[in-house]
Amino acid sequence: MRRALPALAVAGLLSLTACGGSASPDAAGTSSSSGSGGELTGTLTVFAAASLTDVFTGLGDQLMAENPDLDITFNFAGSSALATQITQGAPADVFASANQTQMGVVTGAGLAEGDPTVFTENVLEIAVPPDNPADVTGLSDFADADLTLAVCAPDVPCGAAAEQVFEAAGITAQPDTLEEDVRAALTKVELGEVDAALVYASDVQAAGDQVEGIGFPEAEDAVNEYPICTLAGSQNPGAARAFLDLVESEAGQRALTDAGFRSPTS
Amino acid sequence: MSLRAHVVVRRGALLVDVDLAVADGEVLAVLGPNGAGKSTVLRVLAGLLVPDGGRVAVGDDVWDDGDRHLPAHRRPLGMVFQDHLLFPHLSTTDNVAFGLRTRGVRRAEARSTAEGWLRRVGLEGFGDRRPTQLSGGQAQRAALARALVGEPRLLLLDEPLSALDARTRLTVRAELRRHLAEFAGCAVLVSHDPVDAMALADRVLVVEDGRVVQEGTPAEVARMPRTDYVARLVGLSLLPGVGRGRSVELDGGGAVAVAEEAQGPVFVAVRPGTVSLYLSRPDGSPRNVWPATLVAATPHGSTVRCDLDGEVPLTADVTATAFAELGLQPGARVWASVKASEVAVYPR
Amino acid sequence: MAFLVLPLLGLLVRAPWSELWPQLTQPQVGQALRLSLVSATLATLVSLVLGVPIAWVLARSTLRGRSVLRALVTVPLVLPPVVGGVALFLVLGRQGILGRWLYETFDYTIPFTTTAVVIAETFVAMPFLVISVEGALRAADARFEDAAATLGADRWTTFRRVTLPLVAPGVAAGAVLCWARALGEFGATITFAGNFPGTTQTMPLAVYLALQSNPEGAIVLSLVLLAVSLATLLLLRDRWLGRSGVPT
Repeated sequence: MRRALPALAVAGLLSLTACGGSASPDAAGTSSSSGSGGELTGTLTVFAAASLTDVFTGLGDQLMAENPDLDITFNFAGSSALATQITQGAPADVFASANQTQMGVVTGAGLAEGDPTVFTENVLEIAVPPDNPADVTGLSDFADADLTLAVCAPDVPCGAAAEQVFEAAGITAQPDTLEEDVRAALTKVELGEVDAALVYASDVQAAGDQVEGIGFPEAEDAVNEYPICTLAGSQNPGAARAFLDLVESEAGQRALTDAGFRSPTS
Repeated sequence: MSLRAHVVVRRGALLVDVDLAVADGEVLAVLGPNGAGKSTVLRVLAGLLVPDGGRVAVGDDVWDDGDRHLPAHRRPLGMVFQDHLLFPHLSTTDNVAFGLRTRGVRRAEARSTAEGWLRRVGLEGFGDRRPTQLSGGQAQRAALARALVGEPRLLLLDEPLSALDARTRLTVRAELRRHLAEFAGCAVLVSHDPVDAMALADRVLVVEDGRVVQEGTPAEVARMPRTDYVARLVGLSLLPGVGRGRSVELDGGGAVAVAEEAQGPVFVAVRPGTVSLYLSRPDGSPRNVWPATLVAATPHGSTVRCDLDGEVPLTADVTATAFAELGLQPGARVWASVKASEVAVYPR
Repeated sequence: MAFLVLPLLGLLVRAPWSELWPQLTQPQVGQALRLSLVSATLATLVSLVLGVPIAWVLARSTLRGRSVLRALVTVPLVLPPVVGGVALFLVLGRQGILGRWLYETFDYTIPFTTTAVVIAETFVAMPFLVISVEGALRAADARFEDAAATLGADRWTTFRRVTLPLVAPGVAAGAVLCWARALGEFGATITFAGNFPGTTQTMPLAVYLALQSNPEGAIVLSLVLLAVSLATLLLLRDRWLGRSGVPT
């Protein structure tokens, strides 16, 4: 209950920014964060898509270094799992989804604070083993039944995107396996057991030297947008807002680009 | 002599080194306490255990000799085990037919031969039963039929009666005796029960600590035991000593008057039923009278077996009535007496 | 007991019964179920052929490296199945020790085929059979084998006509356990065999993927898998395990 006024002031400021609606008095009343000199305190819980693990961990460390009294906890998992956890009442302050669909689950349940913003994008790339033994050059190679090819299952986001680009390109894909997630597809590329897999550019980047990425123009037909927002039930809206700002800042965008993501085009 | 074997096996601390020979049609009983190595000898004869040395030969065929080892399944033998070991998943007929089937006899023929053997051991009509549906005696008779069906040259019996209750044992023993009498090959019976050995065997081999300590006909062994173990088995008190004419000076001290001349190292054997007990020194001064202490008394049918300690250790059987009249208690001081004519004496 | 049963009840309670029929009649479901049953059965047969001799060696032989062998056999039990799948790649994959030879000599690759499904399931499920059979062999009285030898049976005849029938209940129990484990196998299968409807997509894979997009459908598929496996196990129990009156 102490310092309720400054906390309210911070909450007021938040309402000016993109994702902030009106901060609930309840949040301000119980918040342990306080705004004296921009110092953030308390605990911040961020639910983020697994593909953001490296970038967000780095940004979180940066924010904690600037605010020694702030403690950030991450929960990295598949977006749909995170959305389910949030609607089931998991305590979270920020949600960063790997697609609009799962964000829609959260906003549809009235749990988002204001409108989510798209903070980064991801496009598909062709991942091949080092030196590209099968000489894969573009998306059309996925119609070659003689190649051993991995695509994500249509039930998971990278598979849905793959279907979209194949359809747009008018290609009948001949995959040998429909992988349950990007990681499984990449493992098979790394082991040299498939000639190519269709994954996200950020995944290719994360795999380092183990795989090579080949971009293709049709990828623009399935750009994956990553929306982020603070959550209505947040116990620490000040810190949540600050984290969002950091992600959208120049430094945050550079970290994302370095990891194979790209800045929002729209 | 058809079976000739010298079996040498090291089993931990025990060195088994046994020589034996059995003629066709003869039954040899190997008698000995538990752990003496008699089952080891049988397993070597069966080919289930490779000996460390020695030689096993039946007729002109060598089964074990140095590096040569004929495995069990290639030896023409039959074996009866203590707890029958009939295969639980086969019918009684199929159990008996097993040894014929493995030796290439056609199924129908094997079964009909097996049925014939079941009839011979008194199990006609039991062929379709599972071993679990047979009584102990029936199972052991089936096991005998199973061992004999292949007309083996060597029949091995490992404590064949010891798993049976007393009454069944009597009937199975009698039946076994009959089949052994008809059996043309050599038979070796292992037992720790002297009655089985005496009743079934033509000759007895006593094995203790891996060595043969006595060999002879059942009557010889029973009358003149050479070790305490055998003496106890046949119910005699065995006293080693040195003969001095009509008297034997015992190694443990004291002397025994005997009816026959005896010279040099001898055994004196005293039957418990010939020993009389008195509370005071008996009158008429028989020559064999010794003071003793009653150590233990065990009822034994209508008699009480009394273990005596003293200069001459003896066992006495007294009637229950006499025992009661004397008012004996363990620890009681008594006088033991035996007639010289009741004492057996034979060279060591 | 509640710990084991409650999750099943949860599935039953949450099941969208109205969706049951439409889900069941989807061709992919029948396909996945058929593939599951066939591959689990094949994996069990392979496990029997390979596993029973291994169990015999573990229980009966006096081989020096026996304890090492036993430890190796149980490795798949403690290994996360996904790691098992990667290990299979390293041996049988296109770049694997044996797989490369197969690929270069016969232009044949194992991964992403139904054969790979059977191999992955065998790898994970066989230890259950081996352990079960070894236990049965140890419990069985080895003197029956002596008795058979004195009746002229060589080792193989003894094994076939005496040892195996004696441990039949243990072998059956092990086979059922093995089959059930193979039926539910997920990690090694999806890693080594991949996931393609009709070729390598077994029921557990179908369930997992359905869970990503259609949780209700996933529950229905789980129920199908559950019903089929329970029915099979109950049937086998009555047929095999209940009736064998062989004491061990």
